[in-house]
Amino acid sequence: MYTKDGESYFIVDAHIALWDARPENIKNVHGQQFIDCFYDYHRNLSPESEVWPKESYLYQGGERLMKDLFEDGYVDHAVFQPAHLGEFYHSGFGQTAEASALAAAHPDKLTYNHHWDPRNGEAGLEQLRADAERFGLKGVKLYTAEWHGDSRGWRLDDPWSYRYLEACRELGITNIHIHKGPTIRPLDRDAFDVADVDHVATDFTDLTFVVEHCGLPRLEDFCWIATQEPNVHAGLAVAMPFIHTRPRYFAQILGELLYWIGEDRIQFSSDYALWTPRWLVESFVDFQIPEDLSEYAPISTAQKKKILGLNAAAMYDVEVPVELRLPEADETETGPRQPDAADLAAV
Amino acid sequence: MIVLHLDAPPRTREERLGDVREALSTVLDPELDEPITDLGFVRSVALGEGGELEVHLRLPTSFCSPNFAYLMASDAKDALATLPWTRTVVVALDDHHDSDKINAGLAADAGFRGTFGSEAEHDLDELRATFRRKAHTAAAERCLTALLRSEPERDVATVGEVVLGDLAPGRHLEALLRRRWDLDLPLDPDAPVLVDHLGRRPDDVSMALRRARSTRISIDGNAHFCRGLLRTRYPGSEQEQQHRTDGAEPADAAYDPTFIPLTSLTKEHVR
Repeated sequence: MYTKDGESYFIVDAHIALWDARPENIKNVHGQQFIDCFYDYHRNLSPESEVWPKESYLYQGGERLMKDLFEDGYVDHAVFQPAHLGEFYHSGFGQTAEASALAAAHPDKLTYNHHWDPRNGEAGLEQLRADAERFGLKGVKLYTAEWHGDSRGWRLDDPWSYRYLEACRELGITNIHIHKGPTIRPLDRDAFDVADVDHVATDFTDLTFVVEHCGLPRLEDFCWIATQEPNVHAGLAVAMPFIHTRPRYFAQILGELLYWIGEDRIQFSSDYALWTPRWLVESFVDFQIPEDLSEYAPISTAQKKKILGLNAAAMYDVEVPVELRLPEADETETGPRQPDAADLAAV
Repeated sequence: MIVLHLDAPPRTREERLGDVREALSTVLDPELDEPITDLGFVRSVALGEGGELEVHLRLPTSFCSPNFAYLMASDAKDALATLPWTRTVVVALDDHHDSDKINAGLAADAGFRGTFGSEAEHDLDELRATFRRKAHTAAAERCLTALLRSEPERDVATVGEVVLGDLAPGRHLEALLRRRWDLDLPLDPDAPVLVDHLGRRPDDVSMALRRARSTRISIDGNAHFCRGLLRTRYPGSEQEQQHRTDGAEPADAAYDPTFIPLTSLTKEHVR
């Protein structure tokens, strides 16, 4: 929990990882390039005081994670969203055994989400059923740009993916997080295309699809889809740190999201260990839309509370102290949720 | 033309380097809508005495989309090949996860499909067209939002009636006219500004402007993010980057000596 100026905020960090990119786990040059790329994101978007040395960036371990999130970072609950990347790292990038054990040891603080890949066919389906039971899965993190033998990616609306989504529905795995952001594949199509989310959101209305990185770098495509599909949410992983380097851009992203998809479907995340949550939470609570961006209404304290934790808590059935709860906004199912929010004409 | 070249004095080394620069400046990052020269994507130019030319390109991350990477590299090769004095032209993409593949494809002039085989079902024309449309949408939004800011009394719903002749001359209008020219849209002063890539006017003007705004924000945000990542990845590359006014923020002053704070640019429009 974070308290400032008499206001308390329940914090859910909806996208974290416990990764291992130490040399002994790196399989090939792509594994090296992947962590180098993450480290460049980290260096480029962090305040100088928050930049880690490369060495400690490669692996944090459970103890460091618990400290960064729950002791220093104000986080009440966090959700693992592992990227497997089995073609790049010997034991994968996200550490399944270590992260799930940590979550099992701290069930009040951590939720472990796992991953699946439709290219594993029937065997993968069986594995998914076993994983659902083993981890008590409520959600999964899907990485459509994952490499797999000769294939460099897949789509959510592939026939095999539908079978996996049907299994999720059956197993009660309702929270489907999809990485749609700075990524690599599928090669032929625009690698950031969110059109496949549109298809599955329409066909699986009982599942919730969280588009991580809120569709950046194609914010407009994401907003358009999310506007039409009430079960599509925006994850703020990688968007959050713009609050420091590019506050005007951050304000515009947030302004657009509030306009198109509303305050109940936006989720905070640090994307740990890309960034640590402490400075992001502090900055967000202090943040306001610059006055000269008059096309957007100011962000209210209630909206900040929802984004920082209440929205994700609702998705994951995390209990929120009664005094910190807020009612859902009375918004339309589809179409712009807050069309009456400030616009140039209204000023 | 051939006679002209024969009669013309041989190009000096400096002139040839200028030719190279000029040719590369016609190559755009399709998504960011900016020349690769302005973005700092040109890493090195090596020029041999006999007209051998080798140009290396670099990108903000090793995981930048291979289709964009291929598109820019092959556009660069095409542009350089038109220089009459070149004997051989080599374009290479450095430090990318598909560098080997892309560079081999470029060397063999294999095309996108020839380079990536079964993974690439289509050529890149549709991708290019998509971003050309987005660039036009963003350019129109910049002009219309500037108009709305300068005329605070104006009702948003009336921007559907705004024609090119209503827009203030300057950088934004010039950019819009270039984009319209690319899409074969009319350029006369009576032509409406808020139209799609086929010249159709929207039914819901306010909604169309809002959608255009999110497109513009995306492009500006991506441009600054990519530039920042390139500077992080290749220290010193800021020397090669040209200032981008659209989407600029105060933090840009730290590495961009030409930065002008937004407030001083918009002072006359403050309400």
